[in-house]
Amino acid sequence: MSPIFLDEIKFRSQELNSEAMDWYNERMAEGEEIKRQTLEILEPRSRERGKLITLLQDIQAKFGYLPREAMLEFANFLDIPESEVYSVATFYNQFRLVPPGKHQIKVCLGTACQTKRGRIILEAWQRELDIKVGETTADREFSLERVACVGCCAMAPVTVVNDKAEGKVSPTRVKGILLSFELEKQKDKGEEEPS
Amino acid sequence: MKRSRVNQETFEHIRERALAQWEALSNSPKPRITIGTATCGRAAGALEVLNTIKEELAEKNIDAILSEVGCMGYCYAEPLVVITKPGFPPICYGYVTPGIASRLISDYILGDDPCLEFVLGALEENELIPTIFDQPRFQYEKRILLRHCGYIDPEDINQYIASGGYAALIKALEMAPQHVIAELKRSDLRGRGGAGFPTGEKWQICRDAPGTARYVICNADEGDPGAFMDRVILESDPHSVIEGMIIASYAIGAAKGYIYVRIEYPLAVARVETALRQAKELGLFGDDIMGSGFSFELEVMRGSGAFVCGEETALIASLEGRRGWPRHRPPFPATEGLRDQPTLINNVKTLASVPPIIGRGAEWYASIGPPTCRGTAVFALAGKVLNTGLVEVPMGTTLRQIIFEVGGGIPRGRKFKAVQIGGPSGGCLPESLLDLPIDFDSLTEAGAMMGSGGMVILDEDNCMVDTARYFLDFTRRESCGKCTFCRLGTAQMLDILEDITRGEGKPGDITLLQELAADIKEGALCGLGKTAPNPILTTLRYFREEYEAHIAEQRCPALVCPELIAYYILPEKCERSCDACVGTCPVDAIFTGKRGIKVIDQEKCVKCGSCLDSCPPQYSAVIKLSPLSLVPPSEPRPPDKNGNGESNY
Repeated sequence: MSPIFLDEIKFRSQELNSEAMDWYNERMAEGEEIKRQTLEILEPRSRERGKLITLLQDIQAKFGYLPREAMLEFANFLDIPESEVYSVATFYNQFRLVPPGKHQIKVCLGTACQTKRGRIILEAWQRELDIKVGETTADREFSLERVACVGCCAMAPVTVVNDKAEGKVSPTRVKGILLSFELEKQKDKGEEEPS
Repeated sequence: MKRSRVNQETFEHIRERALAQWEALSNSPKPRITIGTATCGRAAGALEVLNTIKEELAEKNIDAILSEVGCMGYCYAEPLVVITKPGFPPICYGYVTPGIASRLISDYILGDDPCLEFVLGALEENELIPTIFDQPRFQYEKRILLRHCGYIDPEDINQYIASGGYAALIKALEMAPQHVIAELKRSDLRGRGGAGFPTGEKWQICRDAPGTARYVICNADEGDPGAFMDRVILESDPHSVIEGMIIASYAIGAAKGYIYVRIEYPLAVARVETALRQAKELGLFGDDIMGSGFSFELEVMRGSGAFVCGEETALIASLEGRRGWPRHRPPFPATEGLRDQPTLINNVKTLASVPPIIGRGAEWYASIGPPTCRGTAVFALAGKVLNTGLVEVPMGTTLRQIIFEVGGGIPRGRKFKAVQIGGPSGGCLPESLLDLPIDFDSLTEAGAMMGSGGMVILDEDNCMVDTARYFLDFTRRESCGKCTFCRLGTAQMLDILEDITRGEGKPGDITLLQELAADIKEGALCGLGKTAPNPILTTLRYFREEYEAHIAEQRCPALVCPELIAYYILPEKCERSCDACVGTCPVDAIFTGKRGIKVIDQEKCVKCGSCLDSCPPQYSAVIKLSPLSLVPPSEPRPPDKNGNGESNY
C-alpha cells in the first residue's frame, strides 16, 4: 500500500470515516483494474528492454496516460529499476502522467504558426479555458498542450482539436470551437432528459 | 558467367498484373475522382469534401471511381480534387469546398461543363484548358522525389509498381552490392538530412565496418518546425522510401531495418504500415526476396516526440528503448550504432532518391545541379508566401527564384524581409542574399543551413528578435539536458533575449549574446546544441539594428513584441456606428466612448490583434504603436451600468 494513500486516508478519516474508506476502496479497485489491464497487454510481449518505448506507447493508447500502477508493472516485467521507466517516460513529450481531458487541444507552435501569431492563439486558449499549457480543466473536459509542428504549415496557425487539425485559427475561432462543444453538450443533455 | 540472381519471372508477373490494373483504371469509361487526403488536405477540409462527393455519387446513382491520394505539394490550394472523365483531360480543381464538390458532380460529371471557374489546371496537354505545368513555377521545378505525390494512391502498391516502382530494386538485386554502392558514389548524392554527407561513402563505410549484424534506419523524425516534406513523401509515396531502404540494406548487407517516424504523424505511420504489409505480401521484402537469397526485415518504430531524436545517436538510443540522449561521435553509427553494430542512418529524402538513381543511372542524376551538389532539393515553403507548400528544384536555384517565381511572392503587397532556412539550426537570410544559389555549402557559408529544408518566409511584419527568441525557446525546451553548454547556455541566451523583447535589454547584451553563442557552438555535444545559436547569430549579423531599437528605444520596429506595442483606434478614422472591433475583442477591452468613437482600454488589452483584423479596410482605424510612449492619453472607461461590458453609453 502506498504511503501517499495512507496519509490521505488518515487525514480524511478524521472527518468522514466511511466516506474516506469508500474513496480509498475505489482508488484501490481502480489501481487493481489498471494493473490487471496492464498485465493483459504485457502478457504476450517479449521481455525485451528495447521495447520499453513501444510498450509505454501502447499503455498510453489504452489509458490516455501512463498510470503509476502500469509503470510499476513495467519495471517488474522488464526487470529494470522503476526509476528507469520513469526516466524514459518523462523524457519524451508524448507521455503524460496525468489523465487527459475529454477533449484534447494541441496548439501548434511550429515556425510557420509562430510567424502567423501562434502565440496569440495559445494565449487565447489559455484565457478561454483558464488553464496553463500541460493542464487539464477542473471538470476534466479539456486539456491543453503545445506541439512543435503538426506538419500542416500551410494552414497556419493550426490547433489540433481531438486529432482534427483546425487551420487558420483566430482568437474568435477559439471561442467558436469551445461554443460548439458547449452546444453539443447541451444537446446531449437535452436528448437524455426526455427519456 | 552472368546468371540471374533474381527470379525475373515472378516480378514480371507482378508488374504485368499492376500494369493491367492501371490500364483498366485509365481506360475505364467511368469518371475517376481522386482527392488529396494527406494531413494538409485534411486540415483544409478534404474529408468533408470526400464525404460530400460520396453522398452525391450515391444519391445521384453515379458509377464513378473515387480514390484518395497524397499531397501534390500545392498546399495553398487544398483541398485538391482531380477529375478524369473520358473525353476530357484530367483536370485539377483547387480550394474545393463541399459546395463546389457538389457543383462538380452535378455540372461536370452529369453535365459536360468542366466548371472552369474552379479549375487550377489540367494535368495533360490539351486544347481546352491550360495545364498546371504552364505555370511559371514549372520553369524552375524538377520533380524527382515528389514525382508520384498526389498522382498515385499510396495505399495501392500496384499503382506504384505500374509507374515503374520496384524495378530499381530488381535491377539492384541483379548487381553485386559493391556495384550498387559504386553507382551511388558516381551519382554524387549527398545526404538530405541536413549535413550533406556523401551517401555512397557512408554506405561504403558501413559495409566495410566489422560487425556481427548490420542495420538500416530511415530517419523520419522530422522535428524541424516548418518542415513537412518527409511527412508528405511518407504519406503520398511510402513505397519509394521502402524500396530505397531495401536497396540500401542489400548494398551494405543488413538483415534488419527500422523506419523511425515521429508519433505526431499518425497518418504517415498508418500509410507506411499499409505499404509494408502490401510489399511483404508480394514478396518484395522478407525472406529470400524475389529468389535472390537476400532476406530483409523492416519495421516501423514510432518516435515519442523528442526533437533531439533526429540526431542519429539519440535516435539509436531511443530505438534501444532508452532516453534519447546523444553520445559523442566518433565512433559514428556507420561503424558502431544500434546495439553497437554498423548502422546506416539515412533521411527519408535520401532513401527516396535511391530508386530513381539506380533505375535511371548515376549519370542522369549527376547531370542535375551544380558539380558540388547534385540532384534536387525539396523545400517546404511556409510563412508569408502566396504558394505555401512543397517545391522541388535542382540544387543551385536561387532563393529569389524559389520565393518569388515558384512561391509567388509575398501576399498582400507586403515587403520581403528575410527567409528562415533550416529550422532551429538554420538562420535568417536577408534580401541582399536572395540571389544566392542554394546548396549545402553556400547556405552554411551564409550562416544558415540546409537542415531538413524548411523555408519560412518573413515579411516586414515579423520581428527578427522575436523570431530568434522563438527558435531559442524551441531548442531550450528540446535540449536533452546532457551537456552543460546546451542545457544552461541556451537558457541563459533565452533569458537575455526575453529581456530584450520586453524592453528590459541592457547595452552590453548584444556582446554577451555573441560570446555565449561562440562558447555553445564550441562546447556542445551534439548537432542540436552546436547549431542552436545560429538563429541568433544570423539575425545579429543581418538585422543588428532591430536589436538596437529594442534595447535603446524600447521600440519594436516590426510592431510585434507584445510588451513594446499598443493597439490604438484613430478617432478621426473610426466609423463610430460599426461595432466590429467591440464584437471580436475576446476580452471586452474596447468600449464606446464620447460621440460613439471606439476606445481601447489599454489596461485590459491582451494585444491579440483581433480588432485590427476586424476593422473594415475602408476605415482602417486600428493601428499599432511602438514604443508605448506614442499612445495618446484616452478618455477613461465609463463605469458599467449593469455589470455588462458592452452597455457603456
